[in-house]
Amino acid sequence: MPLSLMQEEQEQYTFDFLTETAEIVAESRDELSIRIGEFAGPLDLLLYLIRQEQANIFDIPIARITDEYLRYIRLMKSLDIAVAADFLVMAAQLIEVKSKMLLPRDPFADPEEVAEDPRQELVDRLLEYEKYKSAAQMLYEKATIEQAVFPRGKIESDDNNAEISATVFDLITIFQKIVERQKEKITMEIERDEVSLADMIKRLHARILEHAELSLASFFEEFDTRRELVTAFIAVLEVVRTESVKLVQKKTFDDIILKRV
Amino acid sequence: MSEEATETAVETKQARGTGELMALAEALIFVADEPITARTIADVLEEDKASVEAALQALREEYDNRESGLQVREVAGGWQIATRTELHEYVRQFLKTRPSAKLSIAALETLAVIAYKQPVTVPEILEIRGVQSASAIKTLLEKRLIVTKGHKETVGRPMQYGTSKEFLIHFGLKDLSDLPSVEDFEDLVQ
Repeated sequence: MPLSLMQEEQEQYTFDFLTETAEIVAESRDELSIRIGEFAGPLDLLLYLIRQEQANIFDIPIARITDEYLRYIRLMKSLDIAVAADFLVMAAQLIEVKSKMLLPRDPFADPEEVAEDPRQELVDRLLEYEKYKSAAQMLYEKATIEQAVFPRGKIESDDNNAEISATVFDLITIFQKIVERQKEKITMEIERDEVSLADMIKRLHARILEHAELSLASFFEEFDTRRELVTAFIAVLEVVRTESVKLVQKKTFDDIILKRV
Repeated sequence: MSEEATETAVETKQARGTGELMALAEALIFVADEPITARTIADVLEEDKASVEAALQALREEYDNRESGLQVREVAGGWQIATRTELHEYVRQFLKTRPSAKLSIAALETLAVIAYKQPVTVPEILEIRGVQSASAIKTLLEKRLIVTKGHKETVGRPMQYGTSKEFLIHFGLKDLSDLPSVEDFEDLVQ
């Protein structure tokens, strides 16, 4: 009876990710444990295993590769390397493909119809991934070559003046820092003092007119509550968007200054 | 015919010889902080773009022909004067610099996917790489190699990412079409 045989097969491949087997660790070669941290993801690991087995990517010996894959995952666990969830997802997919391949063909299926290979989706993903892996290698080489080329250093001028333009990303980073700082302040908030966006923009205007240059950090520090800070932040975005004000930053992660153009 | 003649006359009023144009373009490229476009040079010099481009090509050839220690080259859509690759050893020795920190494999893979698939969302990157790329994306944003490209109008409106001008400069690319086509890698794989 093939059923009992199949159950046996299945038993063999049920495993618990939490239980470690000493034998598997002992089996592993030293070289493997060194390489293990370097895999950029489950697909990278799979490609490595397929190549190591010298298998054809279009005809993956799924049972052998699945076993190898699971062995690696156990090895990673035994070495106390946190196994990313993505590696476990792939393990589950491999087992699924493997079990599909063990199933007999549906006897009522149209004999003319060619059944899809359960491995097809995996092969497609591997091929797609490998393209980008090669592209990453190409980028690495280009960057290495480019690092051997030196353009002229900066020349002082009114326009650059050692400043670089700040992006919204920098703005948010600065804002987060200030919100963090505000968290530490002990505040006694009794009445809710709401500032409207219009008022905030007016206030910001006055400040910019007054000084021509305004440090965002010092402007944000005038406020104590999160609500006010958020309104102030939106006001800054609004003023930058709608008016001739520019944001400049002397160096990365430095304070951002609002400047009238 | 006569109309055309007067037009040419107006244009030729400030027409410069190729040599002069090359010298002017060279000076502008030299002082520009970032690669300078032929368009910008043409605007500054009040010349038409075609003659500036011709002068730029001639300038590049001139540098190449006399085996200068410098090269005139196209990068990130503009022109730049830089040292020649082969001379890096002594340049580094003088500047006392080492090749700067390299990107991790995860960051490079993520960048490769973004470069070829842009604008692309985080779930789409996950689909290709089979692994979460959040920290790689953070690194790439911090290094300004990628920029956000607005939200995708689909469920959850995920953020889309694309490569920046910094990316072109960092990898010494003229423009995105300067990247080898992804099909070339396909041939390489099989």
